[in-house]
Amino acid sequence: MMTVTRYHACRMIPALTLMLSLPGCAATRANTAEERPMHSINEFRDQRFADVADPWEGFNRSMYRFNFYFDKYVFLPVVTGYEFVTPGFVQQRISGFYNNLNEVRNLTNSMFQLKGVESATTLGRFLTNSTLGLGGMFDPATKFGLARHDQDFGKTLGYWGASSGPYLVLPIFGPSSLRDTGGLAVDYGISYGIYTAVDPFPNSSNGLAISAGISTLGTVDARHQQSFRYYESGYPFEYYMVRFLYHEKREIETGKAPVE
Amino acid sequence: MRLKLLLIACLILLPLPSLAADDGYGYPITGSYEATIMGTPAPLMPEFPARMNVRQLVLQVIPDRLKPPIFFYDEGLRCTFAYQKQKAPLVFLIAGAGASNQSTKLISMMKALYQAGFHVITLPSPTHANFIISASQSGIPGDLTEDAADLYRAMEVAWKQVQGDIEVSSFSLGGYSMGAAEAAFVAKLDEERRVFNFRKVLMVNPPVNVYSSAIRIEELLKQIPGGANKQGIFFNKMLSKFSEFYRYGNFVAINDDFLYAIYSERLFSHEQTAGLIGLTYRINLAGMIFASDVMTNSGYVVPKNRVLRSTDSLSDYFLVSTHLSFFDYFNEYFYPYFQKRRPDLTKEAFIESQSLRSIEGYLKSSVKFSAMANENDFIVSKGEIDYLRQLFGERAKIYPRGGHLGNLEYKENMAYMVDFFKE
Repeated sequence: MMTVTRYHACRMIPALTLMLSLPGCAATRANTAEERPMHSINEFRDQRFADVADPWEGFNRSMYRFNFYFDKYVFLPVVTGYEFVTPGFVQQRISGFYNNLNEVRNLTNSMFQLKGVESATTLGRFLTNSTLGLGGMFDPATKFGLARHDQDFGKTLGYWGASSGPYLVLPIFGPSSLRDTGGLAVDYGISYGIYTAVDPFPNSSNGLAISAGISTLGTVDARHQQSFRYYESGYPFEYYMVRFLYHEKREIETGKAPVE
Repeated sequence: MRLKLLLIACLILLPLPSLAADDGYGYPITGSYEATIMGTPAPLMPEFPARMNVRQLVLQVIPDRLKPPIFFYDEGLRCTFAYQKQKAPLVFLIAGAGASNQSTKLISMMKALYQAGFHVITLPSPTHANFIISASQSGIPGDLTEDAADLYRAMEVAWKQVQGDIEVSSFSLGGYSMGAAEAAFVAKLDEERRVFNFRKVLMVNPPVNVYSSAIRIEELLKQIPGGANKQGIFFNKMLSKFSEFYRYGNFVAINDDFLYAIYSERLFSHEQTAGLIGLTYRINLAGMIFASDVMTNSGYVVPKNRVLRSTDSLSDYFLVSTHLSFFDYFNEYFYPYFQKRRPDLTKEAFIESQSLRSIEGYLKSSVKFSAMANENDFIVSKGEIDYLRQLFGERAKIYPRGGHLGNLEYKENMAYMVDFFKE
């Protein structure tokens, strides 16, 4: 009887509080003693694959779960609403606009890495798309053969030899590493610095509101462009696969071969 | 962009002179393993609809199912539902082993059928964790008869959920790989239950016997130096190879160009490609074993009675589960479960029941079936391909190549599928 009430109570808790763990629900089975499983780790002498340094796994898994709920109750409803009210054509132009703004980040980091040709290409893209492409809404540069090179300060640090450090799942931003989190902060700092120097709304008393609106829309657009959904694969070891894919993709694109 | 076109052109043109003459089948990738990994190059796929009316279904198939905290994110069986505004036939599609309702191949089939005017509902494989957690009565997947019963129940619930919103003229059924074998058993069950009266049933690259196909896939892992127990070392080696190739190849990102280059430059040998397929299969199998063990509290890889919390590390279980073979699962977990319930069940009889042969009388007599297969599919033997020919006669469509499912999205194959459901 106790158990039944307990289960009912657990199921009635509003969904948001599920963000806290559910040890109460589990009480029914915990009374029985644990037994050794038929197969355990000691049997196998092999390297782990998909292995990434993750000393903060407990924290990371909590954040991973937080992001799942944040997506579900906040982020994705907003994105869905945006997609519903905005025509597809407009969505693409908005994405183009923000992608073009990010070329500034690509450019500064190509230069930090002293990559001459790449910097010139990115600068060419930015100038072409800002003018002919109407502020980035269209992408004629790609048609002219100027390929996009995504760069950020995390990659710059990696390029100059900094290792990724432990895996880190950030709230809202998602999978990252210690190095890339630092990089993210630097990139934001640089954009903020450029923004302050350029001061695009000098005579408007609503400058703050306008820039807040622009960055909010940017965040929504970024989630709109990102098709990843937490736990969507349904695969019980998804956390490890995502961790591995994130880490390897960064390692490879930074230009470092993985350690044997 | 130019590089990409060039690569695709090479891919399509190179093998053609030798092939076009003998069989007139345009799917370009000749190697069985290579086709399986590369699939169909995008320009050779049919045109898919730009927009679809589609929504996700989350179904409560087993009422009051208790889910362990580690599966807190699983809210019900997930199916994808694409619907027409007008009256149309409805096709249920079942995914292959370990695949979800949104696997790329399943979604391509859905798009092609939607384009041709069908309603479609896709279902995950009964071996996928979501199905095990939310729709499997026993929590122990892999038995064709029981999986078919679970699938049938799931289809009934899905139909109940959508029947108010659409008009349906008839029901059909399709599946690929293990989903194809399951489709046959679901169709047989439907002859008794008569809820759907399936008009047509399509099996794409079915195993003839699930057990022997699993053996053939396990064989792939034997091509790894040191065998399956050294798969971690093998994988890490392949990964370095992959990274170095990227590093020295002047690629812009990990994208289609890069992947085609891996194929055209033959980065991985035939044996290594085989090993990678085998490893992918093991990774899938690991998800099934773990999910099943947790749901049934069997103490197979997780200590019996341990309640995993949502933030507990699963790292060790991941390693253990990926190192278990199909034989381990079969002999230590799967067969004992059935033997306990039916003590007179011999292993041979049980293996034989996981086969199309066990229902061949039905399959032969019913005109509603068609099977698509590839001569060089490594999950079936030459003899099994002949068996499919003999079983289905003109209703067997055998292609000269395509590996396992590699040509499923090729436009000629998709056209055959659509025509079959239309006629």
